[in-house]
Formats: sequence, C-alpha cells, structure tokens
Amino acid sequence: MKELLEMFAAFAKVGVMTFGGGYAMLPILQREIVENKGWATEEELADYFAIGQCTPGVIAVNTATFIGRKKSGVAGGVFATLGVVFPSIVIISLLAGVITQFAELAWVKNAFAGIRVCVCVLIANAVWKLGKKSVVDKWTAGIFAVIALCAILTDLSPVVFVLAAGVCGVVLRVALGKGGAAK
Amino acid sequence: MIYLRLFWEFFQTGLFAVGGGMATLPFLYDISDRTGWFTHAQLADMVAVSESTPGPIGVNMATYVGFLTGGVGGAVTATLGLITPSILVILIISAFLQRFRDSKYVNGAFYGLRPASTAMILAAGVLVVKATFLPNGLAALDWRLLVLAAALLVLTNAVKATKKLHPIVFIAASAAVGVVLRLAE
Repeated sequence: MKELLEMFAAFAKVGVMTFGGGYAMLPILQREIVENKGWATEEELADYFAIGQCTPGVIAVNTATFIGRKKSGVAGGVFATLGVVFPSIVIISLLAGVITQFAELAWVKNAFAGIRVCVCVLIANAVWKLGKKSVVDKWTAGIFAVIALCAILTDLSPVVFVLAAGVCGVVLRVALGKGGAAK
Repeated sequence: MIYLRLFWEFFQTGLFAVGGGMATLPFLYDISDRTGWFTHAQLADMVAVSESTPGPIGVNMATYVGFLTGGVGGAVTATLGLITPSILVILIISAFLQRFRDSKYVNGAFYGLRPASTAMILAAGVLVVKATFLPNGLAALDWRLLVLAAALLVLTNAVKATKKLHPIVFIAASAAVGVVLRLAE
C-alpha cells in the first residue's frame, strides 16, 4: 500500500507540474520518474509515448498507466493514473465557478505567456534527450527524419506513422538484420 | 442517473479519441449538441483555460464539463469515465508487451517506433512553438519572447549551476518574467 501511495503522490506531482497538455509532461516525467525515481528509462518513455499516440485516450494517462503497471502491477497502473488526474479534478473544480474570468485576468495571461515560452524550451530539451536514446544509427536517423517531415507537413494520423515505423523496424531488424542491438 | 450518463458519455470519448487531449474536442462538441449540458462557447473558453491550468487538457475538459453538469461528483465521474478505457487498453497492451518482451518482432518494432515517437513529439513541439511565438504571424513576433527562450536554453543546458534545477523552477521563473514584463501585452 505504501508503494501504491508513493506512486499516487509521484504522479500527482507530475500532474500538477504539467502546463499545456501531454507533451509538456515529458520533461517532468524525465526528471521525476526517470531520473529521481528510476521507475522507467528514456527508451521506455519513447515507447510509451509512441503507443499512447495510437491508442485511445489522453497520452498522459496512457503513460502513467504504463509506468505504474510496470513498477507495481495492475494496482500500480490504476494508482499512477488516478494520481496524474487528481490535481486536475481539484484545481478545475475549485476554479470552475470563476474559471473563464480567471483565464481573462491580465496577470494570468502574462504569466502564461512566459510559461509557454518555457514549455517550448523544455520540450526541445526533452526531444533532444529522447533523440539521443532513440536515434542510434543511420536507419533510425532516417526514420526520425522522414516521420518528422511527414508529421510537420501533412495531416496524416499518428496511427499511420506508428504502424509504418513499427513495420520498418521489424523489416530492418528481423528481415535485413540491420541496426545495433536494442535492449 | 446523470452520473451514469456522464460516465458513459466520457467513457465513449475516452475510447474513441485517439491521439491525445485535443482529439477529445470533436467528441465534446458532439456531446454538447446531443445533451445540451454545456454550450460550444463554454467549450471554447475551456480550451483557453486548459492551457492556463496544470494537467492534461483532455482531463481538464472532462472535469470542467462534469462539474458544470453535476458538481464535484460530476467532475469525478466524467474524469473516471474518460480514463477508464485508457487504463483498460494500456493494461492489456502492457501485459502483452511483458509477455513478448524477448520477441525479436516486438524488439524490431520498437527499434523503429522510438525514433518515430521522438519525431512526432518534435512535430507537436513545432506546433507549440508556432502558437507561442507566432500567434499573429511573423510580423507580430515579440522579440522579448525570443530573448526569454534563448536565456532558458542557455540556463537549462550550458550553465552548470542551473542546468540541473527542476523544470518547475524554470516554469515558475518564466511565469514571473511574464508578469513583470507583461509578456502577453
């Protein structure tokens, strides 16, 4: 039970520090869950985000369920997920009556103009960190470049990218024997 | 009874919205049309508000809509409805992955998936950068935002004394800079 409560608390902390949706959670997860707790690796985070993009639901929730499940079984998955949504429920319920006025306050707008810049920088750093672990040779560099271009320039669904990249991975590794040893 | 309906509506949203928080939007518009629990205008307000409160956007929206409809109990019910399908699907996938962890096919798939995942996060980041720095096009670019970004890049990567600081420190500092310099104006 103590472990589950620790799981809940750790993910509640991640939830409260995430400003701007699922991707903004990545740098916080890297710090709290990978570096501080050691509950997942950078590679696993990349895996979870990939799966989270093409399975139903909110990516932050999917990632929390994955990490909790891996660390402490099914109950861990449930507690991690409840932890990550807990701050939202409290904050939004408290603010609900005044929430649209809250967003119009000058100081709130100014603060978030600053926060958004910071989130951009943190996501850039997070992508760089993730890239060092996921782009490991010329093949993965190729996959990265093609998917990045397609994702920026087209409106194709993430499901297409994930399926294509997964098939490419299998073909390269299994059929052609390319690429270094993954874990 | 309203709680059951809330749970069911958001359960469906959680089950069919693939690709993260913003993917829940079309489903929420649909719920609005069918139930009248909230208006399109409230939904649009909420998108703005979600960006100004912590937490995943999809979860914030479910909580807000649930609160409007059924108070705190509604907020909890709608959020639980939204996340239940995710939990179930991920638990199944996670069990599958654990079982086939040593499969060369699964390993091969992840070998290709990891760079793709990183690329998709980069692409999402590009959208965030565009919305942050160029909300009104290139002509209206505010150079103060670029200075702040450059300072943050240096502090988080190059300065020994600050680069190990917790990300929330930089978020808080940026909020303070935003207020002091009136960055939204």
